[in-house]
Amino acid sequence: MKKLVLTTALVALGSTAAFAQDVVRMGTEGAYAPYNFINDAGEVDGFERELGDELCARAELTCEWVTNDWDSIIPNLVSGNYDNIMAGMSITAERAEVISFTQDYYPPTASAYVAMSDSADLEGGVVAAQASTIQAAHVAETGATLLEYATGDETLAAVMSGEADAVFADKDFLAPFVEENADLMFVGEDVPLGGGIGMGLRQSDTELKDKFDAAITSMKEDGSLNELLIKWFGEETTTY
Amino acid sequence: MCSDPDTLAGLSWLWCYLTTGKHMSMYWAFGTVLLLLAITAPMALLFGFGGASAARSKFAPARWFGKTYIAVVRGVPDIAFFLFFVIALDQLFEYLRHQVKCPDWDRPIRQGNDFLVCPQAKLPLNNAPQWVHESYGFMLAVLTFSIVFGAFAANVIYGAMRSVPRGQMETAEAYGMTPRQSFWRILVPQMWVYALPGLSNLWMVLIKATPLLFLLGVEDIVYWARELGGQKTPRFTDYPHGDWRVWYFLALLIFYLCFTKVSEIVFARISARLSHGQATAAGEAQRKAA
Repeated sequence: MKKLVLTTALVALGSTAAFAQDVVRMGTEGAYAPYNFINDAGEVDGFERELGDELCARAELTCEWVTNDWDSIIPNLVSGNYDNIMAGMSITAERAEVISFTQDYYPPTASAYVAMSDSADLEGGVVAAQASTIQAAHVAETGATLLEYATGDETLAAVMSGEADAVFADKDFLAPFVEENADLMFVGEDVPLGGGIGMGLRQSDTELKDKFDAAITSMKEDGSLNELLIKWFGEETTTY
Repeated sequence: MCSDPDTLAGLSWLWCYLTTGKHMSMYWAFGTVLLLLAITAPMALLFGFGGASAARSKFAPARWFGKTYIAVVRGVPDIAFFLFFVIALDQLFEYLRHQVKCPDWDRPIRQGNDFLVCPQAKLPLNNAPQWVHESYGFMLAVLTFSIVFGAFAANVIYGAMRSVPRGQMETAEAYGMTPRQSFWRILVPQMWVYALPGLSNLWMVLIKATPLLFLLGVEDIVYWARELGGQKTPRFTDYPHGDWRVWYFLALLIFYLCFTKVSEIVFARISARLSHGQATAAGEAQRKAA
């Protein structure tokens, strides 16, 4: 908002230099395909990259992508190292106390368990999840022993090496691994969690939030958001 | 040749795989780590020397400052220091710039959880290119590492200064040297041989502490090894592979082992050179051998 206020002030003074200030720094994790990942060229890629670039174009903002460790992604946002978070972050009441969210750009969907065998014990066994996620919070509430890892990749590696009986994560994150790997399978019921995925912003940044909200609405209305969802998550994904 | 990786096999596949843009970023990260060490080590030594000199100063406030610095920084866990201190340092810089650049700013800097300074006071400016942001992060990292390792170095040097035989200083006084002269001409040249074992330990620990860089937003080699080694499905890459982290970490293991081995050799040489003519066991052994 600081930038926007300054821009407004400078425009009011008749200055054209204001536009140089209009860079929005987009924070992401870069380790959660298909939402966001680093491609072979070493650049941020994925559903959120494409969506974010389109949102910026519609809101007429210049955007730049920055990667940050998942664990410190919220502290670095509130201290102003970047201006928003698009990192597959589910909207939860707990997070909304610290940062604000736009409307969801990814509908509330299922989380699922993946294991090496049908007989994996989901209630009493060891279940791996990425730290500080809604899935980790959910596992902690069930009877299972929670095993937390810093990245999603490591949770899957834990199942394959036998350290954990199952992994619990967003179904869309798990699906490509299950397709590729004959040893892995979905087990148990899907669990609906969270209020969808939204863009996180500083609570004081209301003006930027309004801009992105408007851009998301326009993408929902003309169907371009649905196209992106199908492109990255397949025909069966939930759309708007 | 690398345009269609599916058709490649064997070494040519490996060659293309190891030269992707992502791998290039990892090779750069080796440079980042080496550069960090090259800048941090002398800085930490400087901080350590300053801290030790302050701690043994006759001027009470300087002494208090030196001792507090050593005690506090040594007592706080590195990881807490890195998570808290860097964000606080960054905010302090921005706060000071804010006071200078935006005296007319009327809105609060702290709004709930948010830290908001005027746009001109941001460090770096929001519209600065990405490399400026990265260099700034790197600079903060160097400063933090220097402060942390400086405190340990200060303690080592403080001990080393006290290990120089008292007779040496008395002789200096007898020759009519001022305290300043005897400090620089007698104490400092002789203390290094006592400080060296402790300092070489610190250097080894510093080499191994570089993965903390990622906490500061600088992508270091361990981050890339984890990222590149993780399982990759063909949908998101031209070079799908299973969990290869063990190979990447093996490469890091070899890198770190070679690096520490070279360091040991260098330290052994320095130690031999510093012991020359000293009234220590090593110096005495050199004298007898000669």
